[in-house]
Amino acid sequence: MSEATNLPTNIVEDPGERNSRRAFLIAAGAAGLAYTAALAYPIYRYLASPEEMAMEATAVTEVTLKDAQKLPLGAVLMFKFGSSPALLIHHEKGEWVAMTAVCTHLGCTVQYEPQADRIHCACHGGVYNPYTGANVSGPPPKPLKLYKVAVTDAGVNVSRA
Amino acid sequence: MSTKAIYDWVDERLGLTELVAFALHKTVPVHSQSFWYYWGGISLFLFLVQCFTGVLLLVYYRPGAEAYESVRQITFVMHFGWLIRSAHAWSASLMIFSIFVHMFSVYFMKAYRKPREFGWLSGMALLGVASVFGFSGYLLPMDELSYFATKVGLQIPAAIPFVGEAIANMLRGGPDVSEFTVQRFFALHVVVLPAIFLPLLGFHLWLVQRHGNAAPPSVEALPATERKSEPFMPNFLRKDLAMWLISLNVLALLASVFPWSLGKPFDPLAPAPLGIHPEWYFMSPFEMLKLLGMVKWLQGEAGEIVGILLFTLGIALWVLIPFYDTKKESGQRARAAHYFGLIAVFLLLTTTIIGYWTIR
Repeated sequence: MSEATNLPTNIVEDPGERNSRRAFLIAAGAAGLAYTAALAYPIYRYLASPEEMAMEATAVTEVTLKDAQKLPLGAVLMFKFGSSPALLIHHEKGEWVAMTAVCTHLGCTVQYEPQADRIHCACHGGVYNPYTGANVSGPPPKPLKLYKVAVTDAGVNVSRA
Repeated sequence: MSTKAIYDWVDERLGLTELVAFALHKTVPVHSQSFWYYWGGISLFLFLVQCFTGVLLLVYYRPGAEAYESVRQITFVMHFGWLIRSAHAWSASLMIFSIFVHMFSVYFMKAYRKPREFGWLSGMALLGVASVFGFSGYLLPMDELSYFATKVGLQIPAAIPFVGEAIANMLRGGPDVSEFTVQRFFALHVVVLPAIFLPLLGFHLWLVQRHGNAAPPSVEALPATERKSEPFMPNFLRKDLAMWLISLNVLALLASVFPWSLGKPFDPLAPAPLGIHPEWYFMSPFEMLKLLGMVKWLQGEAGEIVGILLFTLGIALWVLIPFYDTKKESGQRARAAHYFGLIAVFLLLTTTIIGYWTIR
């Protein structure tokens, strides 16, 4: 810093000039940022397209499963509700139950086991009640969400409860 | 740890100081034809754009039977997919164009002379690989136009006597252009060609650092005191980057105002659409073959063989020019080389113009 002190003091930058240089640098910086943003925005939207499509899909509130009313007693049908898997169970006693098939623990897809009459997640051994979706044992922190089921002659209508 | 200490630590291991010293000492000649020095850099920039937009397309593109559907999806479903595809296609054309400008400027400045022969040869190899990039990339959308362009283009290697048909079949993956062709062109376009192109490009750029920019003979003839130059850092670099910015703007304008179209999906049973023609950089050889075929005694296969022979000869002469025109002085040979270059430019331009003229 000794060099600066050796400078003759009469060569001082004109404050007006300094201001205009400062203004120029700010304008150039802003233009550069705007330019970069104009390039980055389409690229971001392009890469985010599937995500946005999935978001649109999750906005789905009901699904009609054609011919699903023919599902035999004790059988299960896996289907897509929006973008995520779900199950439709036709219980031995004739009840219809539909719920999400995404485990509330770490997001694996669960399966219905008719012999044990339970819903089991193979990833970490979570167990749910196949009628209420309640988390019975294992790591899952929350129950599986139930959907409303309406059975007609043409199919089964599943909707958000 | 201070920045200085980190710098010293890295410097001791990688020799940064030598690199900095080299960069600071690098100069670029200044003369009336300095403008042509930018075109190699522009080509390099457009190649970087190709890498970048190419990777973006790779995110959604599916080769094989689904090729057309995936390009349709990129173009009409994914946000800004049309723009990225358009930028990739336009940048390909602009890159070939700027490589051509670069090549002819090197040719007429006689920058291929000793010690820059390898620069010329590697540059020609890069242009060769770039045109195969263009040819293979053109098929990937698998629309009508790309299907027929590839079909016609592969007739050229097929016309080589004895081995031609085998080569064409190997490139096509069968007797006709099909899903197999698009699958192997894809492998070529995104793996094989970059693997060849990148080391060649590295070699080419290393040679430029080693020998510096060549000055045209008229400037070299001047006494050392009258030759001007400027430092690369930061003077020339600044102008180089300004050129890159201009190129990017031109590309953005072309890509957004004239979006690249997507035709109907290819149908092997459909007749060729009217006005079918190759990309502009293949127009000249396409037209020359067509013109040769019009000569009476060259009709049919004979015309194709003569055409291919003439091309091969012309390209060989062009590539080997550094070994013919070697002397610093502008003697007989230098003049012959100059006229050869003018004839090449004339032939390329006229056949391209005739080609486009006769489409309509």
